[in-house]
Amino acid sequence: MMKLSGAKAIVEALKKEKVEVIFGIPGGSTIPFYDAIYESDIRHILARHEQCAAHMADGYARVKGFPGVCTATSGPGATNLVTGIAVAYMDSSPIIAITGQVPRSMIGKDAFQEADIVGITTPITKYAFQVTSASQIPDAIRTAFLLASTNRKGPVLVDVPKDVQLEEVDPDYPERMNIKGYVVRSGDPHPYSVKKALGLIMSSERPIIIAGGGVIASNASEELTKLAELILAPVATTLMGKGAIPESHPLSLGMVGMHGRGEANKSVEEADLIIAVGMRFGDRTTGKLDEFARNSKIIHIDIDPAEIGKNIKVDVPIVADAKKALSVLYSKLVEVGSKRTESEWVKRVNSLKESFASNYSEKGDGLKPSKLMKILRDCIPSKSIVTTGVGQNQMWAALHFKVLEPRTFITSGGLGAMGFGLPAAIGAKVASPDRPVFNIDGDGSFLMTEQDLATAVSEGLPVISIILKNRALGMVRQWQCLFCNRRYSHTDLGNVPDFVKLAEAYGAEGVMIESYAAFESAVKRSLKAEMPVVMEVPISPDEKVLPMVPPGKGLKEVIWYG
Amino acid sequence: MHIIAALVEDRPGVLFKVTSLIRRRGFNIDTITVGGTEKEGLSRITMTMRGDESTVEQLVKQLSKIPDVVKISELKPSESVYRELAMVKVSAPDPAKRSDILNYITIFRGRVIDASKDSLTIEMVGSPKKINAFLELMKGYGVVELARTGMVALPRGTKSTSE
Repeated sequence: MMKLSGAKAIVEALKKEKVEVIFGIPGGSTIPFYDAIYESDIRHILARHEQCAAHMADGYARVKGFPGVCTATSGPGATNLVTGIAVAYMDSSPIIAITGQVPRSMIGKDAFQEADIVGITTPITKYAFQVTSASQIPDAIRTAFLLASTNRKGPVLVDVPKDVQLEEVDPDYPERMNIKGYVVRSGDPHPYSVKKALGLIMSSERPIIIAGGGVIASNASEELTKLAELILAPVATTLMGKGAIPESHPLSLGMVGMHGRGEANKSVEEADLIIAVGMRFGDRTTGKLDEFARNSKIIHIDIDPAEIGKNIKVDVPIVADAKKALSVLYSKLVEVGSKRTESEWVKRVNSLKESFASNYSEKGDGLKPSKLMKILRDCIPSKSIVTTGVGQNQMWAALHFKVLEPRTFITSGGLGAMGFGLPAAIGAKVASPDRPVFNIDGDGSFLMTEQDLATAVSEGLPVISIILKNRALGMVRQWQCLFCNRRYSHTDLGNVPDFVKLAEAYGAEGVMIESYAAFESAVKRSLKAEMPVVMEVPISPDEKVLPMVPPGKGLKEVIWYG
Repeated sequence: MHIIAALVEDRPGVLFKVTSLIRRRGFNIDTITVGGTEKEGLSRITMTMRGDESTVEQLVKQLSKIPDVVKISELKPSESVYRELAMVKVSAPDPAKRSDILNYITIFRGRVIDASKDSLTIEMVGSPKKINAFLELMKGYGVVELARTGMVALPRGTKSTSE
């Protein structure tokens, strides 16, 4: 077998993993790697900032259900990836980050563009490691993909010194990585836990399911919906779980938590059994933990044993893949004939839905986020993908935009990284070029990664950004209004920039939206767009995301429009 | 006191991965030691910590997620043997006091490993409790310097943590 350079070996290994695209920016320490990319048929998307390259890989991974790959050079290139890696870690998204490093002989000498990226990213990756000889490369890449995409998924970083990229390797005789400590779980639920869970389910009168991102990660939406229908359990979701059940489904309650829908929070409080699937009882979901679900039993299904009992004591833990656990529960319940046909509980939940229905409309003049979200939903196909920024825009989308299919709502849930929306949309569009991709964003959030409009334009990726421009860092402003006596400390952004002109400067289409009718027609037109579109939608800085459970309070202490 | 024994891959950066996780998740450990094992390529990390059962359980679960951690378990003090080594340098210029100290060393089954005109350096092996008791006695004579290794432990009987 012919010998290859380490750089070429990376590319060959990536091809073996069926990688079709890499998001990145070249630099001094990755010149050999890029030289190998040059002659390969792997597509490369040139980002304009490494943070965006990581978010693109993440957006790609979430849509595709397959690891996204990003790359950056040593030092500043690598440190720029950090936010993107942290987002993927918090949301358990499989991405592989390949970083260049200074040559081995220079490591530890504070060489030009040297940064200890393995040290920096260890707390925010499933695994981060440095390849110290070219012979390790084939196995290192295999290991990275295995770690990223099995059990609880997550980011893996592989750091490759420049001289290792240049070293020759015989790819037929790779050095084996030792990962004795990592076992790929079967994901099958333990029969004893299943039996106990069945007991709780059959004796419950008011069961509710809370579905998290794990349901989507394990492609368990169908199993979830079937189980919910069988036992007539309403389904609330976390932010990450949006899309786990079509939000048009009669049993769907929408999002639960700090900005959860009233009916979802109230139902969680009234339930006598919570079946929590692929969620981690995060503080934004539970509110004050002592007051969460005090009167109900809890079944917790999660692939990560460390999540069991981390935040909350549960009655029945099931360490399993969501899809497998749900399908076992379903078939066992069918076996014992516990299909429910009528339920006082569902009637009660429906009456809650009705009673809260009128509470959601924002008061006053101007364009209202809730109505914009409804128009958007009505105008675009159900398979369309929506990404979001972080802050009010994200919560309005979560509250009012009904997600109908899994993997079509892509948001930075755990880390809450502003600037995620546009690059994630670009990654999503690369993963699924035939589907419309919308980025619902805010002006503050959009500006953090705005430069990657250049990427979308250059690559001809028609992603559509809807910027709800309130001229403020709206979510912080909302907290200042509610909890700091309206002392708006440094949250006023001013009417800067003109997003229409900004879009045009990049060669994208800019549209100013000043009425619902204009919004509707712009959205419909954008479905056929061949270039990126940026819609500037001015809204009032006083618009709030409501309902809201104040930080540190129980779910029932909710603030509505007053 | 909780004793946690971890078998880890013997390669650069593993200790960092373990301690980084302990810090990041806000766990507080009292002692940590690293050394070789009977198996080539594996090191043993022994940690002790105070805290409730659920904290220890969470630490064990989180550590076991590190791919370099091959095996991890909690050793119950009642079902294990555990030892620590301390080296203590005591000021002993006065011959009368020096002989007192030598008596205590005999009682505690320690050894003198270095001596000078004005000081004795003592090696003391045992449970942390025993070492603490000895150190308490030495305080009266003036402890010049102290080094403790932290604890190592093995399960009693034929059981093994590495299986």
